[in-house]
Amino acid sequence: MYIIIALVALVFVVLVGVVIAKLQNVVKGINKTDSNEVRTPGNKVNGAMFIVILVFGAISITWSYLHAREFFLPEASSIHGRRTDDLFWFSMGILTIPFILVNFLIFFFAWKYQHKKNHRATFYPENHRLELIWTIVPAVVMALLVFTGWKAWSDITSDAPRDAEVIEITGKQFNWIARYSGVSDNKLGNYNFKLIDAQNEVGIDLSDENSFDDFTNPSEMHIPVNRPVLLKIRARDVLHSVFIPHMRVKMDAVPGMPTKFWFVADKTTADMRAETGNPKFDYEIACTEVCGQGHFSMKMRLVVEDEASYKKWCAEQSTFLQTYPEYLAKVPENLKAKAMKYVPAEAAAPADSTSGGGVGTSTSLR
Amino acid sequence: MSAIEGLETAQHHADEHEHHHEAQNFWQKYIFCEDHKVIAKQYLITGILWAVIGITMSVIFRIQLGLPDSNLSWLKPVLGGWISDAGKLDPNFYLALVTMHGTIMVFFVLTAGLSGTFSNFLIPLQIGARDMASGFMNMLSYWFFFLASVIMFASLFLQSGPAAGGWVIYPPLSALPQAHPGSGMGMTLWLASMAFFIVSQLLGGINYITTVINLRTRGMSFDKLPLTIWSFLITAVLGLISFPVLLSSVLLLIFDRHFGTSFYLSDIYINGEALPNVGGSPILFQHLFWFLGHPEVYIVLLPGLGITSEVIATNARKPIFGYRAMIASMLGIAFLAFIVWAHHMFVTGMNPFLGSVFMFLTLIIAVPSAVKGFNYITTLWKGNIVFTPGMLFSIGLVSLFVSGGLTGIILGNSALDIQLHDTYFVVAHFHLVMGAASAFGLFAGVYHWFPKMFGRMMNTTLGQIHFWLTFIGIYMVFIPMHYVGIAGFPRRYYQFTSYDFTHKYMDMNMFISIAAILSFLAQFIFLWNFFYSIFKGKRSPQNPWRSNTLEWTAPVVPGHGNWEGEIPAVYRWSYDYSKPGAKEDFIPQNIPYSQTLESNFPHENELIAQEKAIESQNFNDQFKASH
Repeated sequence: MYIIIALVALVFVVLVGVVIAKLQNVVKGINKTDSNEVRTPGNKVNGAMFIVILVFGAISITWSYLHAREFFLPEASSIHGRRTDDLFWFSMGILTIPFILVNFLIFFFAWKYQHKKNHRATFYPENHRLELIWTIVPAVVMALLVFTGWKAWSDITSDAPRDAEVIEITGKQFNWIARYSGVSDNKLGNYNFKLIDAQNEVGIDLSDENSFDDFTNPSEMHIPVNRPVLLKIRARDVLHSVFIPHMRVKMDAVPGMPTKFWFVADKTTADMRAETGNPKFDYEIACTEVCGQGHFSMKMRLVVEDEASYKKWCAEQSTFLQTYPEYLAKVPENLKAKAMKYVPAEAAAPADSTSGGGVGTSTSLR
Repeated sequence: MSAIEGLETAQHHADEHEHHHEAQNFWQKYIFCEDHKVIAKQYLITGILWAVIGITMSVIFRIQLGLPDSNLSWLKPVLGGWISDAGKLDPNFYLALVTMHGTIMVFFVLTAGLSGTFSNFLIPLQIGARDMASGFMNMLSYWFFFLASVIMFASLFLQSGPAAGGWVIYPPLSALPQAHPGSGMGMTLWLASMAFFIVSQLLGGINYITTVINLRTRGMSFDKLPLTIWSFLITAVLGLISFPVLLSSVLLLIFDRHFGTSFYLSDIYINGEALPNVGGSPILFQHLFWFLGHPEVYIVLLPGLGITSEVIATNARKPIFGYRAMIASMLGIAFLAFIVWAHHMFVTGMNPFLGSVFMFLTLIIAVPSAVKGFNYITTLWKGNIVFTPGMLFSIGLVSLFVSGGLTGIILGNSALDIQLHDTYFVVAHFHLVMGAASAFGLFAGVYHWFPKMFGRMMNTTLGQIHFWLTFIGIYMVFIPMHYVGIAGFPRRYYQFTSYDFTHKYMDMNMFISIAAILSFLAQFIFLWNFFYSIFKGKRSPQNPWRSNTLEWTAPVVPGHGNWEGEIPAVYRWSYDYSKPGAKEDFIPQNIPYSQTLESNFPHENELIAQEKAIESQNFNDQFKASH
C-alpha cells in the first residue's frame, strides 16, 4: 500500500509540475499584452487536463474498487441482510450508469468545447422535449427503486413472528447489557429506570413474577440460529445505537422510548469461522450513535449457535436472583414462594429472615 | 446613528444623496458599515478565517484516524493538555474536533461565508439597487454573526473543551453535563452562539427577500433575474422558515439543561443516580433539529448552484440551458427540502410507516436535481468554454454534485439505510454533495467576483492549479471513504482497533488522510492568491469576463450607491451569450432590443415598444425616494 500511496503522490506531484510549467509559458506570453480585455491563460492545458483526469480517474476508481472489494459489506448472516445487500448492489449498479455517463459528459464536453478563436457557441436556450426526457426517466427509475426498497423495508419492520426469541439489549456508557427472559417462562419481566443500581444494571422490577428467572449478561449475547430473534432495545443514559454489521441490524437505543428490531440469523459463529477461514471470527455488536468518550469501544460479542447449544447456554446462566439473592427482599410477600425457586438454597434463608427490612428499603426506593 | 443621519438629511436636503456619507470615519466605513459590499467582504473574510480553523481540525482528526501511530507531541504548544504525554489525541477532544468541524463548516463557513457573502454582494448589484432594503439590519446581521463567532471561538479555549456531541448535538448527551465534559460549558456556549447565529440569519434573510422583491430596477421582472438571485431568494426563504425551528429546539434544550424541564429527557439513570425527568422525548429534538437540518443542506448548496449557473453560462459563452426549468427545479428542491427531514431518522425507532413516506418523498428530490445536472451539461455542450478558475470550480461543482447526489439515492432508501446509517458512507456522501460542492460554489464565486469586490484580478494560473489539486484531492478523499463506509465503519469513532470488523482497511484510511492533508495544503495557494491579489493583483477592467449581468455595468470599484447617476434599466434576460447575428458574443442586460435589431428574434422585436415605458419608471431608486 505504501508503494501505491507513493505512486499516487508522485503522479499528483508530476501533474502539478506539468501544469505549472505549461501555464508559466502561457502567462509570460499574456503579461506582455496589456489590453483592457482579460485573456484566460492555459485554456488548452486545462482542457487537456479534463481528459487526463477522466482517464486517470476511471482507471483509479476501477482499480481501487477491485482492490477494496474484499471488505465490502461483510458476509451477510441474516435473511433480510442478504436481501438488502442484493438491493444495495442492484441500486449501485443502476446508479453507476448515470455516474459514468454524467461525469464522462462533463469532462468530455469541457475538453471538446474549449474556447477556440473566431468560434462562437451555439445559442441553445431550451428544449422542452429534452427537459421532459430527463424529468421522466429519473422519475421512473426512482419509482422502481422506491418500490423495491419499500417492499423490503415493510417486511423488515413488520411485527416479529410470535415464536421469536425475545432478548432485551440495553445501552449504557459504555457497554451493552443483554437480558434474557429465562428458561421457565420465556417472558421478560418489567423494568423501571428508578430501580437501577450498581448490581441491578437494567432496573429489573422484582415485583413482577416474570422477572424471577431473567438473567443478564454484560459481555456477550447468544442467539439461536434459524429462528427469529426480537431485540427489545433500551438505553439507560444517552442515545446509543445497536449495530450488528454482519446481521445488517441497526436501531437506536433511546432513553425513555423502547425500540425493537427482529431478524433471523442463519449462519452460526462456527459456520462463519469455516466460511471466512478465520478461526477467531466472532460476530460483534457496536454502537453507532455518538454517546461519549467510550463510543468507539462499546463492543459486545454475539454468539450464534444451534438451538441445542443455545438452550444449554441459557440453562447454565444463573438468574439475576441467583447472582444477587439479597434482591429477594424486593419481591412482594405473596410472590416470595415463586421467587424462591430461582434463588440458591443457602442464600434463601438469610434473605428471607431480613425480609422485613428489605421491603422497607424497597418502598423507600420508589 | 439614525439621528445623525436624519440631521444630515435635513442639512443637505437639496444635495445629491450620494454625498451624504462622504464624511464617514474609519469605524463607519469599515467596521459598523451599512454598505452591502463592505458587509459582504466582512462575511467573506470571517468565513475564510473560520474555514481555516474548521479544515485544520479535520486534518488533526484525520491524522488520528489514518495514522493512529503517529506522535502528535508537536501539537502540544497549540493543544496543550489535549495531547497526552505519549503524544496521543485525547478521545474526548477527538469528539470535540469532529463536532466543531461540522458546526463551523456547515454554519459559519458554508451558510454565513457563502450565502452571507454573495447574497449581500450580488443581490443589490445584480438587481440594480443602491443597497439592501435595510442597511442597518444588514449591519446588525453581520455583527450578530460576529458575536456568535466570538462565543464559538471562545468555547475552543475552555478547560473542559468545546461542545462534543456531534454537530447535531442530540440530547440527552448534549443535555447532561455529567455525560460528557463537552456537554458542560462548551455546550452552553455552543447554544448561545447558535442562538445569535440564527438571529443573524433571520436579519439577513428578511433583508435579502425584501430587497429582491422591492428594489429591482426598472424592467427587472422576475423572469429576467439572473439565476444567482433566484437561488439567493429561495435560500433566504428556506432559512427564514427553518431557522426559527432550530432556535426553538435550541431554546428547549437550554431549558432542559438549566431550568429542569423535560422536553427531551426521560427515564435516565446516569452517574449512579436516576434523574427526575420523565415524559420527554429525545426524538422530538431530532425532528426539530432536522426540520432545519435538512433545508440547511439546501441553504448551503443552492447559492453554490446559483453561482455555478451564472459562471457556467458566462464562461461557456452560452445561455444557461432551460432557465425556467432551473428555477422550477430550485423551487421543487426547496419545497421538497421541508418534507424529507425524517430520512435522517430511519433507524431512530420512528414509526416504520413514517419511514416509508419519507423514503418516497426523499427519492423524489432526485428528479429536480437530475434536471439541474443535465441542464448544466447541456449548457456546456457546443459552448466556447473559457477555463477561468471560477469556471473550473463550477464544472467541478457539477461533477461533485452529481457524484455525491447519486449515493444519496442509496441512503434515502430506508431498507439500505439500515446498514449504512451513521457509517462513513454517509460521511462521504454528504461531504461530496453538500460540503465539497458548496465549497466549490464558494471558490467559483470568489474567483468570479473578486474583480468586482476588490477591483483587481486574482492570478488565473494559481487559481487553475488550486482547482486541479483540490478537485483531485476531494475525489481521492471521498471515493475511498465510500468503500470504508460500505465495509460498515461507523463514524465518530476515535479509532478502529476495538473491533474485528473495523480492524482492516488501515491502508485505506491512511490513504484518505494523506489525500486530505494534500488537499488541505492546496488551499494555501488560494489563501496566498486571495490576500496577495487584494493588494497587489492586476487592476481589473470593468467587465473582465464579458458578462451580461448588471454588476459589470457599475464602476470597477463601485462606491456608495453602486452606480454613479441613474441606475441602468433592464430590457432582457442575463443569458444572451453568442446570440446569432450579434456583433459581440454577449449582450448585457441593460442594452435595449432597439439597439440590437440585427440579433433580435421576432418576439423580441415586439418588446421594443415597451422600452419607453420601462425607461420612464423610477420608483425603486432609493436615492430618489423621498424621505
